[in-house]
Amino acid sequence: MTLFNLKGMSDFSEELIRPTTEDEQGEPRAPSGTGMCFPWLQKHIETIATGGKQEKDFAQTTSACLSLIQEALLKHQWQRAAEYMHSYFQILEDSDSNKRQIAPEIIWRLGSEILYYHPKSSVETFNTFADRMKNIGVMNYLKISLQHALYLLHHGMLEDANRNLSQAETWRYGEKSSSQEVLINLIQAYKGLLQYYIWSKKKMELSQLDEDDYAYNTASQNMLNHSWKTSINLCALIQIPGVWDPFVKSYVEMLEFYGDQDGAREVLTNYAYDEKFPSNPNAHIYLYNFLKREKAPREKLISVLKILYQIVPSHKLMLEFHRLLRKSENEEHHKLGLEVLFGVLDFAGCTKNITAWKYLAKYLRQTLMGRHLAWVQEEWNSRKNWWPSFHFSYFRAKSDWKEDKALACEKALVAGLLLGKGCRYFRNISKQDHQVLKKKIKQIKKSVKKYSIVNPGL
Amino acid sequence: MDLEEAKEFKDRCSQCAAVSWGLTDEGKYYCTSCHNVTERSREVINTGAIPNTKIQAINRGLKRKRKLEKGWDWYVCEGFQHILYQQAKALQTLGVGPELKNEVLHNFWKRYLQKSKQAYCKNPVYTSRRKTTVLEDNPSHSDWDSEPELLSDLSCPSFVESGAESQPDVHTQKPFPIIKASQSETASVCSGSLDGVEYSLRKEKGIVKMTVPRTLAFCYLSLLWQRETITLADLLRFVEEEHIPYINAFQHFPEEMKLYGRDKGIFAIESWPNYEDIYKKVIEVATVLDLPRFPDITEDCYLHPNILCMKYLMEVNLPDEMHDLTCHVVKVTGMGEVDFLTFDPIAKKAKAVKYDVQAVAVIVVVLKLLFLLDDNLEWSLSNIAEKYNEKNEEDKPWFDFRKWYQVMKKAVDEKKQKWEEARAKYLWKSEKPLYHSAIDRSVVYKRREMVVSLQKQFSTLVGSTPTVEKQSPSSFQFSWTEEGGDRPCFHGHSLQGVLKQKGQSLMTKNSLYWLSTQKFCKSYCKHVTTYEESNFSLSYQFILNLFSFLLRIKTSLLHEEVSLIEKRLFKAKYSTTKKKSSRSRKARKC
Repeated sequence: MTLFNLKGMSDFSEELIRPTTEDEQGEPRAPSGTGMCFPWLQKHIETIATGGKQEKDFAQTTSACLSLIQEALLKHQWQRAAEYMHSYFQILEDSDSNKRQIAPEIIWRLGSEILYYHPKSSVETFNTFADRMKNIGVMNYLKISLQHALYLLHHGMLEDANRNLSQAETWRYGEKSSSQEVLINLIQAYKGLLQYYIWSKKKMELSQLDEDDYAYNTASQNMLNHSWKTSINLCALIQIPGVWDPFVKSYVEMLEFYGDQDGAREVLTNYAYDEKFPSNPNAHIYLYNFLKREKAPREKLISVLKILYQIVPSHKLMLEFHRLLRKSENEEHHKLGLEVLFGVLDFAGCTKNITAWKYLAKYLRQTLMGRHLAWVQEEWNSRKNWWPSFHFSYFRAKSDWKEDKALACEKALVAGLLLGKGCRYFRNISKQDHQVLKKKIKQIKKSVKKYSIVNPGL
Repeated sequence: MDLEEAKEFKDRCSQCAAVSWGLTDEGKYYCTSCHNVTERSREVINTGAIPNTKIQAINRGLKRKRKLEKGWDWYVCEGFQHILYQQAKALQTLGVGPELKNEVLHNFWKRYLQKSKQAYCKNPVYTSRRKTTVLEDNPSHSDWDSEPELLSDLSCPSFVESGAESQPDVHTQKPFPIIKASQSETASVCSGSLDGVEYSLRKEKGIVKMTVPRTLAFCYLSLLWQRETITLADLLRFVEEEHIPYINAFQHFPEEMKLYGRDKGIFAIESWPNYEDIYKKVIEVATVLDLPRFPDITEDCYLHPNILCMKYLMEVNLPDEMHDLTCHVVKVTGMGEVDFLTFDPIAKKAKAVKYDVQAVAVIVVVLKLLFLLDDNLEWSLSNIAEKYNEKNEEDKPWFDFRKWYQVMKKAVDEKKQKWEEARAKYLWKSEKPLYHSAIDRSVVYKRREMVVSLQKQFSTLVGSTPTVEKQSPSSFQFSWTEEGGDRPCFHGHSLQGVLKQKGQSLMTKNSLYWLSTQKFCKSYCKHVTTYEESNFSLSYQFILNLFSFLLRIKTSLLHEEVSLIEKRLFKAKYSTTKKKSSRSRKARKC
């Protein structure tokens, strides 16, 4: 399913929730993740063997033409790209049947890209092009239908998109290959997503109505109908291994709304734990959030986040994870709590996270007070080579102090505890003369003296 | 009943692609789903019960006429004749004299038909070779064998007369008896021409089969015979610029000459002609036709190196004064001699001179003599010229190699880019698509329709200005005027900076020279030398690229020609090269 990457999907679901407003519609969108991209194309073309025969000029010029189209697309020269495209269509008549077979997909991708951005293009042009391309060969019908529907969604034409998906849904050609089956599921799921959108709009309306209102009943009945249809559309896709975040999210939301907690839990558990599914951090996040809403026991929450910790140790939920571990009675969990904090701070993106440093400073002190020196050393051993220059350099001390004094203080305590009072970071901060923080710095010095893992006597 | 009978017809309907046929009252197939009536009619297949062989023969004869598309009966060689006729007409509009078409090419072609035993001979190849049935239904053909001379003028009238009135003649007058190869009856192997299937199977030695590229060999031979002012490189460039029909030349066939099946392999072309390939074919065709010595190439002929050098000096914006030097080189090497230049196919080893490549190679040699082109001397000479020109603004300026390089580099790069873009945009496919077999047909037509409609849609997205303007034919690709500005003209510049007076004569200031090829290849690998770009100076590479782009040839071909001229020029050096090679600073061993 290279066609639909994670990013594209989440972007899309956002589009769905916030449909285009009037003034946005006519404008070509900036190339975000929604445009179609094809970095594989060149490689794909190059791997096609010419079979040892001398390449004919036809093959040479058409492949030159292809690279000129790609170049024009990269430079956003839509008109130029359209000019070359005009010539490139002849690849459909290539005498080489291999090339002829892959041609429709290449043409569709290039052509739709051009029509998406070209100033003279319109929805009608795009529709004509898509309808034509769908019917060249049979292998591309579903893929193009789906992308056509996505295009219509981008232009806020929900009904047309829905009609398109319905049409594609019922399309059959002989024995479906397995890849086509997934596509049909995907098409159904997108239909489901559209229905979800209508449902969630209705839910909004409902929330504005008074429960005693006469209209309330009809509205809620309406919603019920929709959710039923949607769940049928969505659940087939979710069974198939893959990354289906927006579909899962909306499905669960509906299940939860109607009080089917068990169903929702099952879906999410399956999505997160089924080994056939690709590793997906979001699956665990969804499950965690769901369990949190359900007020599940701490043990359970910890077990979910443990997996997330293994996939994304820098995730912002890790601080929450740390809190859970800290509160746990299990000593193993306390040790893990320290590990998690160190893990978070390994990442460059988290170096200025004051909460993380605050937690580490506090927890480090607490751990050392609790005589778990071995835990600290275990974590520190793998980091002592690089953390000093990564976090505790002289330059860092100066800039941290300048930008965020509270952060500098927390870091100074950690540095002192880990590297002893001789370390540059600690020395630099403790030297600072500051009215308000005087007391705090004094406290830090005391703690360092008492608990630092570096024994100055040795 | 009807539907039952129609079951054997399995083709897809060209309109709705369904396979559901019924029979009309006339015995033609119609599609039961969309009511589209086809050209095809049901054949009487069961002939086994009829013992009379004569009836069988007639039956087969009738079958032949029930082809995919009905049209005239025509032979492959008529197709080529038509292409040659179109090409000759195109040459005439380019300014070539009418004799070329009416006499020279016409005669060459007649000679070809005779030599390949296709016509103008006692035993045409078709009747003598294969076990074929001659249908003696045409009285005019029955006495063919006895009196070929009478027919000869009627069989190729299109060359002499004007196209419109002569075209029907080509097809009403059959130069050959109607033959029928047994293969043509099966559905998968078919052709629109009468002998297409057989023609594509012919493989005897000694017969030069006509191909589309060979039509250009015929054209060039006629041009050479007439000593016209079109070189081979020019001819091929005109083909690429579509001034001469070549790719999809069959498109201009009369409507009634239907092409499909094996004709596709014979007439469809997906490459532009290549200089070396056509050159080889020229010699081959001339040898096969057993042509006599061609008219002499004398000093007043366009193809004489002195004139061609002048032309190319102008083309690449070099000083006119260089012409004296090129003439000198031509004289010393003996390349201006009539015997050297004149093409003689009957000579022991038929060898035609690549006039254009050779003239350009002479210029390269002269540039090497003047500027050495070692990435060093040419620049220091440029410095001197620049300084001189700054001081003496009133005088005739000295030729400044650097300035020339800058101007030419820019001009050529631009031209090359345009050329590459135009090639990438070239539309290869003909308006009437060719298909292999009946099964293929509807698919091929549908595909064509699809491409046309897609192109139509995208043409609305293209800017209003036509993107590839068709250039008017010219033997010059660059034009340099005295106006100056962005593209200064160097024709009037003087070579004083690089020459010095010595006694009565002028000498080049530069006394060094390096050979492009030090040792020629003498093994059986056929090429005389190789060209590995990176072994040579950048200036030399630039010059070779410039000229080979101009002629649309491979750089290695020009390099080879340069080496061959040097071999003539420095004969002495080559004979002593085994002992010492001090002068040759760079050379390439094969």
